[in-house]
Parts: sequence; C-alpha cells; structure tokens
Amino acid sequence: MKRVFPFTALVGQEEMCEALVIAAIEPRLSGVLILGDRGTGKSTAVRALAALLPDMSAIAGCPYNCDPADEAALCDACRAGGEHAVRRVRVPVVDLPLGATEDRVVGALNLERALADGAKQFEPGLLARAHRGFLYIDEVNLLEDHIVDLLLDVAASGENLVEREGLSLRHPARFVLIGSGNPEEGELRPQLLDRFGLCVEVRTPADIPTRVEVVRRRDAFDRDPEGFCNRFADAESALRERIVAGRARVADIAVDEAVLIRAAEICAALGTDGLRGELTLLRAARACAAYEGAGAVTLAHLRRMSAPALRHRLRRDPLDDSLAGTRVARVVEDMFAA
Amino acid sequence: MSPFDDASGLPPAPAWDDAVMMAALLAVDPAGLGGILVRSWAGPARDEFVHAAAALFPGGARLRKMPLNITDDRLLGGLDLTATLAAGRPVNAHGLLSQASGGILALAMAERLTPALAGKLAACLDAAAGPAMLALDEGIGPDEAPPAALADRLAFTLADVPGDADWPSPGMIELARARLPHVSCGDAMFEQICGVAAALGVASLRAVIFAQRAARAAAALRGADAIGTADVAAAARLILAPRATRMPAPPAAQAADTNMADGQQPADMPGDDAPPEGEGEAEGTEDRLTDAAAMALPPDLLAALGAGGPRRLVRGGGHAGDAASLSRGRPLAPRRGALGGAARLSVIDTLRQAAPWQRLRTTRPGRRIAVRPEDFCIKRFKERARRVAIFAVDASGSSALNRLPEAKGAIQLLLAECYVRRDEVALIAFRGAGAETLLPPTAALARARRALASLPGGGPTPLSAGLTAALRLADAERRRGLSPFLVLLTDGGANIAADGKPGRAAAGRDALAAARRAAGQGVPCLVVDTSPRKNPFVAALAAEMRGRYLPLPYADAAALSRVVKNFGADHASLTA
Repeated sequence: MKRVFPFTALVGQEEMCEALVIAAIEPRLSGVLILGDRGTGKSTAVRALAALLPDMSAIAGCPYNCDPADEAALCDACRAGGEHAVRRVRVPVVDLPLGATEDRVVGALNLERALADGAKQFEPGLLARAHRGFLYIDEVNLLEDHIVDLLLDVAASGENLVEREGLSLRHPARFVLIGSGNPEEGELRPQLLDRFGLCVEVRTPADIPTRVEVVRRRDAFDRDPEGFCNRFADAESALRERIVAGRARVADIAVDEAVLIRAAEICAALGTDGLRGELTLLRAARACAAYEGAGAVTLAHLRRMSAPALRHRLRRDPLDDSLAGTRVARVVEDMFAA
Repeated sequence: MSPFDDASGLPPAPAWDDAVMMAALLAVDPAGLGGILVRSWAGPARDEFVHAAAALFPGGARLRKMPLNITDDRLLGGLDLTATLAAGRPVNAHGLLSQASGGILALAMAERLTPALAGKLAACLDAAAGPAMLALDEGIGPDEAPPAALADRLAFTLADVPGDADWPSPGMIELARARLPHVSCGDAMFEQICGVAAALGVASLRAVIFAQRAARAAAALRGADAIGTADVAAAARLILAPRATRMPAPPAAQAADTNMADGQQPADMPGDDAPPEGEGEAEGTEDRLTDAAAMALPPDLLAALGAGGPRRLVRGGGHAGDAASLSRGRPLAPRRGALGGAARLSVIDTLRQAAPWQRLRTTRPGRRIAVRPEDFCIKRFKERARRVAIFAVDASGSSALNRLPEAKGAIQLLLAECYVRRDEVALIAFRGAGAETLLPPTAALARARRALASLPGGGPTPLSAGLTAALRLADAERRRGLSPFLVLLTDGGANIAADGKPGRAAAGRDALAAARRAAGQGVPCLVVDTSPRKNPFVAALAAEMRGRYLPLPYADAAALSRVVKNFGADHASLTA
C-alpha cells in the first residue's frame, strides 16, 4: 500500500489540525472549511487524518459501507437483508473535483449492466462513496452552483435522494465535509458556509526554522516513506487512541449553565444568524473537552472553539474584507476579560 | 552558476542551458517535480524541446499528447462504449493517464484547460503515480493562463525554448535516477533553500519543497553524494526566481535570516564534497545565491510590483464554452444526436428509441437488444450563463472635478448588486494617456472595492482608448463562454484621440467609432452620464452603442440597480 504522510509529522498549522481532529471526533459538526493560500498542506492534512483513523466495520458487499451497529442508518438493501457479514474498511476520503458532473456526484444508471443485461441498476456516485468518511472539495469556492445545490441538501439531511434516469431510490450519505479554498479567488454562498461546522484560516509559516523543518520532513518522507512512518508510528497510535476515546465519551460530556450562558452571550455579541452558531459552538466545545479527556466543558474549551465555530457565521457586508477572525477574537477577548 | 563552482570545490555542474537543465532534472525525479509549464507558441523549436525532453526518459520517447477536448473516459479509463456495443459485453479501456505513466504527457493549449480537467490532472500529480507533464501554454497577456491548481503543481516554468542545445544522454539520467535516493541533504542546505525563498518572498511551501527536490536531482545528475551550494543555486534560479514576489532585501536584513544557522555546521557531508564553511562565509554564500536568483528575475517584476499587484493574476482558467451545456447544469429533455465530445448518452431514451425496431433488426443469438448509432440520444443540460460586468470608469480631471466620488458610489451600489447575482466584475479606468485594467474579471468583490477606493483622478480623457479596452476585455470574456456586459461611466469630455494625440474633435470622432464597434459586437451596454447636467454627446454615444443612457443626476440608488438587474436578465435570455 502506498504510504501517506503521517498526520503527527505535520509542522505548524495547529489550528487546522485541531479542527480536523475535533471534526473527526464529532461528525455531527459536519465539517471543516479551510481558507488560505495554496501549498499550505491542506490536502496533505486531510489525507493524513483519514489514514490515521482506525478502520471501521461495514456490512460486506454494501456499496455504501453501512454500519452494522447503527440500525437506523442502514440502506434499504441492508435493512431487508437480515444477517450480515461484516468486514473492516478504511475510512474513505473522497475527492470531489471541480467540474464533476451531476452523474458522478449523485450516481447514475449503471451503463454496463443496462447494455449487457438490460438491468436497471444504480451505480453509486461520490456521495455514496463518502458515506461515513470525508468528502474533500479543494477550491470549494469555485464549485459550480448546481453541484453546490446538490451538496447543500445532502449535507443537511444525511441522505441522497435519486430521482433520475428512471431510477428512484435513496441511500444514506453522512460525511464530514472538508472544503478548502482561497477567498481572494471567489466568495462562498452563505448557505454553503453554514454547512461547515468549523472554519479555520491557514497561512504559510513565515519563520525560517519552521519552514526548514517542513522541507526536511518532506525530504525524509520522499526518500524513505517506510522508515519515516515508523518514526511517527507511536505518535500516530497515541493520537488515534485519543480520538477513539474522545468519540466514545463525547456524548457523556456535561455542559453546565454558566457555559451555556457564556456561549449565548458570545453569539449575541457577534450577531450571528439563528441558533446554529450556538449549537455548533457547544458541540465543538464538547468535542474539544472529550479530546482533552475532561469530564465537562469549561470556559477554556469554549474560548478555544469560538473562533473556528463562529468566524464564518457573522453577518457580513460583501464589500467589507476585514478578517472575520479578528472580529471574533476581539469579542471573545472582551467577554473573557470581563 | 560559475561563481559557485570554484568557491566550493565541487565537481563542476553541467553547463547546460536552463531549459535543458529543467528537462534533465524532471527526467531524474518526475514524480517529485511534476512537470514544466512551457510558455511558448507552437513551432519547431517547441516541438523539438518536447521530443528531446521525452527522449531523456529511460525506455525511449514515451510521449503522449493530450488534446483539450479529451473526455473523462479517455483520460481516466472506463467503459469503451463503441466496443461494448459491438461486442455485446462490457469492454474496458485504459485512460491516457495510465497509458502515459512513466513517460511524458504534453498538454496542448494549457491556457484553455477547464478547471475540471486541471483538477483531475492535479490529482494525478498529487498521487505522483502518473506521467510527468509538459503544459504547453500559448496564453497572451495576463488573463490567459493555465488554471492555478495545475500551474502550482508543476515545478518549472520555461519562458523561452532554446534553439540548438546540448542534451545529456539518457544513460546519464539513468545513473542519476539510481543515485537519487542516496543523495543526502545537509542542514545548511535546507537552511539555504528556505533562506533564499524567504529573501525572494516565495511563500508557498510547495515551491520550497520543489526547490529542495530539484537540488537533490541536480546533485544526483552531477554524480555527487550530497547536495552542494551549486545545486541549491541551480534550484533557486530555476524554481524560486520565477516565483519571486519581491526583490531580495538588502544584505543587512538578510543577516538576520541567516543568523539562525548559528553554530550549525554541515554534519553529515563528506569532506570532499563540502568543505566546512565559517559562519561569515555561509552568509556570503547565501547573498550570492540570492543575487544569482535575482539576475534571473523576469524584467517586468519591478514594474508590476510598483503597480502594487501580483505579477500575473491567474484565475480559474478557461471556462468551458458551448460544450458545457452538454455536460453540466440542470437536465433538459434528451434529444437524438451523435456521441462525441462532451455529449453523454442518455441510455433510457436510446433504448426507448431502439425498442420499436427490435423485431426488424436481425439479432445475433445471445444478444438481447440491437442498438444502432441512429438510436443514440444525448443528454442536454441548461447552464446558467455566468455574467461578467465590465466597469469602464472615466477618471479624468474633468470627471474628477464633476462627480468621480458619486460615480464611485454608484459603482459600489452596482457591485453589491453583482454580489447578489453572483456576477463577476472587472474594472477598467481611463485617464491621461490611456486605459488600464485595474481588476481582471473576478468574483472577489472586496478586491473590486479596494481597486476602486484607490482609483486616482486627473488628466485628460482618452474615451476611445477606454472603450476599446473594455470591448477587448468583453470579447475575451465571451470567448471564455461568459456573458459580458459593459457599464461605462463618463462625463463625455473626450479630448484624447485613439492615436494618443490631444484634440477634442478627433477624440469625439474616435469615441463614436469605438461606440459603433460596441454595437457591432453586440455587447449590452449601460452608459452613465456623470456630467453636471445632461451631456448630449454622452447620449449620442449611448445611442451609437445601442445601449441604455442614464444621466446620473436623475439616477437614485434604486433606479441604478434596477437598470443593471434588467440588463443581466435581458442578456441571460439571449444566451439561454
């Protein structure tokens, strides 16, 4: 198997790496948007994270990798099937390329079967393959509108409805949406922004020692992927265990009244639309507490998660290009200073 | 390159032409370096270069060429539809990417690649499993460039192809490939590469990683066991210099950068390749490296930096034109037609078309349905035509005196309108000697606002130059498959003629001529009169352009945005 650059070997970009881990612990956050320049290690981080996560059990032969433990989310075929054989599969990372056709994204009639046997069979698309894994969209801000429309609905409902080419079916499609892009090259639609639980801004590290370390590690990896991965194997398995433990406990993390009030205050001060901001902030803080091994959400967790959970939810003037992150930081600073 | 050889006592670096060097380095490490962006027009010199570069690859000339209109199944492999129909069973075909793997793939007319295709090629480069790529870019001017997603993943940019050049033998490449994994890179070399990149303002870490890989390939090519200063110099010149965003800082500022190397001596270098260098010498080396890179900087860099913008504003790339309606958008009813290009088969309708004839067509045993080419139905989609609003703003002295601030306000309003409708915008200002594109078409409106805020006023009015520039841009955008429309804001005081000479009569005549060309091109126009009271000349101009005339004194905010909205709607119905 081809080796992937280890997640724990990434240098710098702490905020991005933390957001990705938090999203892996709490899939209901429904994703991370990474804004920043090219060549900052965005795709490397996403692929590394998927390779880090433990294999999951799935029903053998199911094109959607249905989870045998989750009765409610089974696809129609698995629900009808009775007893299932179970196999271990890797967490999928599916790339959604710009300009992908609707057929590829949603799925279409299986041409081979239609021509050879005259059978009407569904050929699953990218959404099906991404179920229970990650859907990665590079340059998400340049994605065409009609594909965005498809994604918006599926990302919100966790289900892909296919009504085309004489096919009529539905299948589960729950995935962590990971988008990256450079806001200088185009804006994102507010509805799409809203689907991402967290948003981080990445910059190329400017200090020389960090950059030297990045190049040095890449070089070591290029020359000897096997040995390089072995060097980081301990760190990788330690992080993997933290994520698995975090997933197990995230549901039991307590949130007390003071934290709820503070979250509401922050959102009110920033004027975020609706309640989604607060919900996301609390979910993220809870996942953060689970990751840290804490029993309850503290104000410190809330503080750490407010920028990634809220910076893309501010009501904004399209012509105002001041960084949203700075505004959030200022409000949070004020809140916690008081 | 020569200053470094004697200083370090290394074996001399091969004295090849830069272009040959790029091709050789690529042949040594194709997976690591991705490819070369060849900016050159078609011609025998370019063909020769491409063939010679491919001949360097072990195993002979494994060169495949990719046309612009390649379909996904041909690129990535998949079902061979024709063979499948003929055989009555699924027949799979290899894609071009896997066929060309291990060799070179030449991308013809790379500046017209669609973002979708560029994305697939970029994914192939990321996986480091496919062929090395030579992107043949014939773009003219700043807004014809290959999609950035692809260009960013090719290590080299070649500005001009060499005529006659010495080429290394494939045997040398083979030796260098075998040596490549064993070439070591000392700490000092890592720091030098990062230091030079910082001095040149190269932010992208991908570029720095490319430079390090190129240095390793150069060392392997020399037959050295470790990367030396000469290799770093070559990498800096070939990879970092073309990506420079600023001139190197004066040595004083750089000393701070290099001080990081304090006390770190190259530890793992064999003595014969890299004699120990003192701290002072090391600093000196880096200065010289930066100088060498600076010499290779493109000559227009400073001018571009003076203007405050990046050297080349690369946008999403060639947007698919007419063919797009066959492959994306909302589905329309399928109709009969030939396969090919972007057309996709609508299976259900094809079968339905074939159904009535089944008894008449003699079928072979075991074959259930006989489908003939005349049954083919293709899918059609409706794509919303993307609009681009081109603002041509008169920033001359008279206009500035009159109502430039109000005109700016009007544009802000229109920009907000464009944001809502997700139009792209471009901004052209004309004053003094000519017109200037302040902002190539972009969907990032914050940039448009910034460009507008810094728009200075003053000087005479070259109206015809401004109009001509706007029309040229409109034409280019139309060729990209977008629907341009033009918003001209002027007070009509044209006093510079098309040939650049002052003179009110000639200027007016030329402006009207340019306006007639606008009508000829059929670009929808809105002319906003910014003079203190209605100027009949501006009204005449609008009439010649067959555009709408809107005197600003009577235009409140709502009227302006309503007019622009209607313009978009009218035009969309024309192109749908």
